[in-house]
Amino acid sequence: MAVDTQAPSRGFIGASYRTCPETGLKVCSQAEALIKVNAVVAVVFLAVGGFFGLMVALTRWPAVHLLPADWFYLLLTAHGADVLLFWVIFFEVAVLYFASAIILNCRLAAPKFAWLAFVLMVVGAVLANVAVLQGESSVMFTSYVPMQAAPHFYLGLIVFAVGTLIAVFCFFGTLVIAKEEGSYEGSVPLVTFGAITAAIIAVFTIASGAIILIPTFLWSIGYISHIDPLMYKVIWWGMGHASQQINVSAQVAIWYAVAAMLLGAKPLSEKVSRMAFLMYILFLQLASAHHLLVEPGVSSEWKIFNTSYALYLAVLGSMIHGMSIPGAMEAAQRRNGFNNGIFEWLRKAPWSNPAFSGTMLSIVIFGFLGGISGVVMGTEQLNLIMHNTLYVPGHFHATVVGGTTLAFMAVSYLLVPLIFRKEIMFKKIAQWQPYVFGAGVAGISLFMMGAGTLGVARRHWDMGFSDAAMSFDYPATAFLMMGLNGIAALCAALGGLMYVLVIVCSVFFGKARTPESIAAFPTLPKTGGAATVTTYGSEAHPKLPGTVVLVSVFFVAFVLYYYVNWKYLSEVWPLS
Amino acid sequence: MSDQNTGSGGAPEERVPAMQRLLDNPFLLLFMGVATPAALYLLWGVMELSQIPLAP
Repeated sequence: MAVDTQAPSRGFIGASYRTCPETGLKVCSQAEALIKVNAVVAVVFLAVGGFFGLMVALTRWPAVHLLPADWFYLLLTAHGADVLLFWVIFFEVAVLYFASAIILNCRLAAPKFAWLAFVLMVVGAVLANVAVLQGESSVMFTSYVPMQAAPHFYLGLIVFAVGTLIAVFCFFGTLVIAKEEGSYEGSVPLVTFGAITAAIIAVFTIASGAIILIPTFLWSIGYISHIDPLMYKVIWWGMGHASQQINVSAQVAIWYAVAAMLLGAKPLSEKVSRMAFLMYILFLQLASAHHLLVEPGVSSEWKIFNTSYALYLAVLGSMIHGMSIPGAMEAAQRRNGFNNGIFEWLRKAPWSNPAFSGTMLSIVIFGFLGGISGVVMGTEQLNLIMHNTLYVPGHFHATVVGGTTLAFMAVSYLLVPLIFRKEIMFKKIAQWQPYVFGAGVAGISLFMMGAGTLGVARRHWDMGFSDAAMSFDYPATAFLMMGLNGIAALCAALGGLMYVLVIVCSVFFGKARTPESIAAFPTLPKTGGAATVTTYGSEAHPKLPGTVVLVSVFFVAFVLYYYVNWKYLSEVWPLS
Repeated sequence: MSDQNTGSGGAPEERVPAMQRLLDNPFLLLFMGVATPAALYLLWGVMELSQIPLAP
């Protein structure tokens, strides 16, 4: 049973704790409450934004073509803001509080400011949604000038960003408290280090957003006469793309956490994994430049340095994580006795546990679809054959939805019993949910990338150009791709609905966890546990033949796909 | 140079490598993580844009 204790008062803030009966961790009650509210609001925005996304996909399905043009652009704007910003960042704030106060066993810094941050984030997100749904702000997620949204659209984003910044500094403050109070020795655990990486990228993201959104807000109310469109694009992408790098860091931290909690997996090398995160801290944000690869106003030196030389160091970080996490799982499984052949460790992994299956699908979809396509798009020459086509949303649906959203869904199946202290309801639906959602998202990503390769433009209401002065016909295969994309979107929407159903019902109507139910159905199996997540340490002398095979398959796919695209490029400009 | 210092209690303390000290300092990482993209992406990009001549 949970035990509430009063910690020694420190300064003017007293903190109350409970001891988690499953993990033995000391849980700060303020941190726990803030994790709950941020996670719940995140799921609300996922549900709303996901519904808008389904409407968009059904409109881009030529045989259905659901919405009129004005509604299409309105819901596309709302979909982008709700899922690319609000869903992921609310959840990431919950992850930051978990990775600091809970994993480091200490109190949350400045809980009143953390509540203020939450209120500001909610107010900002609601304000931006109201502005879009009123119909005067259908400017897409990018809101490129000179398209002008209503002032409260920009104001909503600014208020949301201020709230997020306060939450991020509460996280940094909690690290200081943990160090001062000696709640850990030596280095922070790797999962917390991943959260530090996400928080650092968040600060750069918010700073870039402030630099461009505050003048744009003043422009929208008439205080500034002109915003340079190219200047806007450069600085806006410092926010727009970097915000998605917060996701990457948070999701990788979650991959390590789930592997440790379910299998007892330790990193193959703490130092190498931390160096990979350092590559993210220094270079991942520079990927923003790939949105400007066809802009004539910036030099090739700037483009190539940012998207190739520097970004490749961040990609190296991702590949280290991509090898290290399956490797850590294999090492742990072999330690747990699954030693036969090359793949017994993988076959006998807990595939019926949605936390594990969601994490594995997230790794595969992010790596094979999102990672490889990201490197291809980041190459200046190759970018020309897919820039501003549906290939781009195909890529980021693999990273943000297949990678981040699926990882967040996976860890939710651990957070509900451990933080909300409720039983997961509808266990069979929960068991299937990551597969249904993962299959849908992989389909969306593949079919959009296929359509983009055939030249289909992104952000376009009608690929048939029915009302255009000059007609244009895409190949028939492009129409097939968009039809398949619609079917995949229905599958992903079903998976999303299953997730919302299971999580919302479990949180609000689920049975409370009792000592009996904990003993009968422990959230963390005997092979795992909290100790691996909260301590520093690497796997000793692992032998990983299965991971070597998987990584080899990845590299072969990577090389083949990279050169196939150079072949496509050579066909665009034949030399004679 | 010795790899070990003597702590206040007389027990030998293992010297922490420079890279480890860097990785253990979130605020130094924060500075580097903001300054690097600010210089290489934002400042460099804005400087290039500011040098584009205005149309007559």
